[in-house]
Amino acid sequence: MKEEDVIIRTVIRLMIPFIQIFGLYVIFHGGSGPGGGFQGGVILAASMILYVMAFGVTEGRRKLTEKTNMIMRSTGVLIFSGIGLLAIIFGGKYLDYGAVPLPFVHDVVKVRELLIDGGVEVGIGITVMAVMVTIFLEFYPGGTSDD
Amino acid sequence: MIWALDIAMLFFLVVAALAAISVKDLLSAVIILSLYSLIMAIVWVELRAVDVAFTEASVGAGITTVLFIFALVRTTGRSED
Repeated sequence: MKEEDVIIRTVIRLMIPFIQIFGLYVIFHGGSGPGGGFQGGVILAASMILYVMAFGVTEGRRKLTEKTNMIMRSTGVLIFSGIGLLAIIFGGKYLDYGAVPLPFVHDVVKVRELLIDGGVEVGIGITVMAVMVTIFLEFYPGGTSDD
Repeated sequence: MIWALDIAMLFFLVVAALAAISVKDLLSAVIILSLYSLIMAIVWVELRAVDVAFTEASVGAGITTVLFIFALVRTTGRSED
């Protein structure tokens, strides 16, 4: 990318926080409204893609290194399957949210809402965001280390 | 359901689909495909499928376009046939 694109850089620097807030909103309201982990993760990945397109791939790699990306990719799957296995441990079926006894929350519907919106969807969002950024960086010229 | 909006959106959907497969420049085809996804998202909202519309707008019009463009950067930009 060229060095003199000041307008693009300033606008993108202003836009990225709002895009990320919107992505988090979509993730956390996935159970009760339109949206969910996948869509929110894609929106979060779009903010990272915008950053790489404006500031270059080395600057983007400094914000989200390959090691962090790899850890995030696995952490999301771990959260998802961990909540599923937690339900089995407490005597339910796989991903049977109501079976998990949370401290201070005793209503089954509330428990289910909390675990879907705050647990499973967050895991899906983290994994989708990291995988989308990885696919994008594989396509990006100079994004991979092997060329 | 606004039937005039439905008819107009479906018409533009067909026009965008035909334009995307008939244009020679592949970058133009990608941009028209992004337009197709946007119109399709409006059609999904009209069909009361807001969740699908959300996915169509973020994945179809957003990520797919970016991935297609950077796939084009790595290959040639013209269709041979």
